[in-house]
Amino acid sequence: MALPEQKQSQIDERLSDLTLPEGGVWSSAARADALDRLRAMGLPVRRDEYWRFTDPRGLVSSDAPAAKVLVTDEAPIFEIINALKIVFVDGVFDADQSDDLTLEAVDIQRLSDAASTDIHWAKDIYGVLEARGQSPVQRPLAALNTAFATDGILIHVTGKVSKPINLIYLHQSETSDAILHHCIKLDAGADVTVLENGPAAARFNKVMEVEVADGAAFHHVRTQGRDHERSAATHMFTRLGTESTFKSFTLTVNGVLTRNECVIELTGDDAVAHVAGAAVGDGDFHHDDTVFVTHDAVNCESRQVFKKVLRNGATGVFQGKILVKEGAQKTDGYQISQSLLLDGDSQFLAKPELEIYADDVACSHGSTSGAIDEDALFYLRSRGVPSSEAQDLLTLAFLAEALDEIEDEDIAAVLLERLDGWLSRRRAT
Amino acid sequence: MLEIKNLHVQLEEEDKQILKGVDLTVDAGQLHAIMGPNGSGKSTLSYVLSGKDGYEVTKGSATLEGQDVLDLEPEERAAAGLFLAFQYPVEIPGVGNMTFLRTAVNAQRKARGEEEMSAADFLKAIRARAKELKIDADMLKRPVNVGFSGGEKKRNEILQMAMLEPKMCILDETDSGLDVDAMKLVSEGVNALRNEGRSFLVITHYQRLLDHIKPDVVHIMADGRIVKSGGPELALEVENNGYADILAEVA
Ligand SMILES: Nc1ncnc2c1ncn2[C@@H]1O[C@H](COP(=O)(O)OP(=O)(O)OP(=O)(O)O)[C@@H](O)[C@H]1O
Ligand SMILES: [Mg+2]
Repeated sequence: MALPEQKQSQIDERLSDLTLPEGGVWSSAARADALDRLRAMGLPVRRDEYWRFTDPRGLVSSDAPAAKVLVTDEAPIFEIINALKIVFVDGVFDADQSDDLTLEAVDIQRLSDAASTDIHWAKDIYGVLEARGQSPVQRPLAALNTAFATDGILIHVTGKVSKPINLIYLHQSETSDAILHHCIKLDAGADVTVLENGPAAARFNKVMEVEVADGAAFHHVRTQGRDHERSAATHMFTRLGTESTFKSFTLTVNGVLTRNECVIELTGDDAVAHVAGAAVGDGDFHHDDTVFVTHDAVNCESRQVFKKVLRNGATGVFQGKILVKEGAQKTDGYQISQSLLLDGDSQFLAKPELEIYADDVACSHGSTSGAIDEDALFYLRSRGVPSSEAQDLLTLAFLAEALDEIEDEDIAAVLLERLDGWLSRRRAT
Repeated sequence: MLEIKNLHVQLEEEDKQILKGVDLTVDAGQLHAIMGPNGSGKSTLSYVLSGKDGYEVTKGSATLEGQDVLDLEPEERAAAGLFLAFQYPVEIPGVGNMTFLRTAVNAQRKARGEEEMSAADFLKAIRARAKELKIDADMLKRPVNVGFSGGEKKRNEILQMAMLEPKMCILDETDSGLDVDAMKLVSEGVNALRNEGRSFLVITHYQRLLDHIKPDVVHIMADGRIVKSGGPELALEVENNGYADILAEVA
């Protein structure tokens, strides 16, 4: 089907200054397929139903909107966590700042190295999970990523990994336009924690594809950097085998435009997928969580818990769907999205959806938007807690259900500290 | 301790007068009770004293140990020694009872220029007091008042009072909803705190509480005023005859 004229010229223009990277047999094929997908879809525009609440212009334009680099004396967030560090600067792997990429029970390679080979395990994942995630809803920015990414990391996990792998995204150039593509393959029974943090670039397009085999467990905690003007479109695609686990948490602090999509397919029985996020935004902040969970097996559990604290005209978006396919009996699906609006200028737009084709399922969803509870505030103050401190206490209480999704206590403590920092900086202004 | 003079209060939102000239003095070490028909303004008085939004003082004054409290923020009043046990304690999901109390204790200490209480001392103190009020460890860990029964909420108010050690304690119907045993626990909690430096203003509908905690003075409030004051026998009169006689007498 031909694209509408406007979309056709938009994609032609965007592609005119991009060239497919050179590579070996497998990567060239994957990239060419992705380019075909992209051409057929075109790029997102505001009129697309899936982009109704988020203006994609800054994410699709040929030139990345510039973003100042935030200078702060804050230590890198996961510094106190003993982890294998992999550093990217403006989307380019930096060997000097990274640890040696060797760790027991895991094989780590740079995409740029692996892509030049003719045969690689990543062939069954790279662009494959992304392509599966293109229906029923299109995600053109992910196809663009698969076609043009030259850097990223490929992680093959064969057992239980002793420490987290920490992907650190540094931002140095005000005009950087970074594309990273990671693939993670967990063999049966494997277990790994992947951390991600940092602003990454002025504009960041990232895809992470995660194949979780039977009985394996994938844990993911991410923080998106404080740089106020940065923008990002990220996608996670995951497929879960029998009795496997996927747990992902994202903390977003500021950023002018962020769209985080998470596409989860539960294909093996008794699998568990939790995806959660806390976003705090002040002023020129637009944060969009778009989640699509497909239940295609028996007795699986999925949870989506998203909380947003918005002030000074910030905007929060949540689009979350639970699709229960025919035969996916005993599905336990839960979804909650809530915003705390700290003033009348901020807004929260939510589209929670359930689509169910099995009869023996328990699915619930809820979405709310509200201000600080005045009665609770007075109660705290009447006990001597100063107003600003009481507000912060209630704000953290609001985020608690999402933060509770972080399994590791040390990591949770680090994130809480960052949130405290954000709150106290707000208090100072 | 507490001196209220000719206090007039109306709602901020609408032009409705609720307190119409309250005069009340509670001396240090005394316990006063306020009784009165529903809607007479008892809770309003307690809210205005503790600084809740939505009320406007149009006339009169209220001082705590000579200091004007009506100009202070609610947290400043608390630090100055005022405490209100709420008629309807508020549930706060996501804030642990223990965290809440520790934050409150230390915020008050900080406001008074005192040293903060160490985590160990705090734990010791709260455990001892919780035990006296038969509040178990699980309740301390749970979010503030969330899922507490009516009686548990009231006991939790008394626990907070015991930890904060205020000078002027206002109890708004703390006895409502308590079973006989809980009533005893709460009364013992109050009596344990009574001393010559601390005063109480106890709002209640029932004589029963006053059997356990002997009031020095009983006031009757009606239509936004204190219409009669007397000794403990006044409460007995209300219990036996209701308010009709008293109201007729002062009308
Ligand atoms: N925020 C408000 N909005 C409207 N009316 C109010 C408000 N606060 C108090 N009132 C009214 O003021 C009057 C006094 O209320 P208050 O709660 O002080 O009574 P009370 O003596 O404590 O009654 P009770 O014995 O039932 O607890 C009532 O008529 C009540 O409806
Ligand atoms: Mg009342």
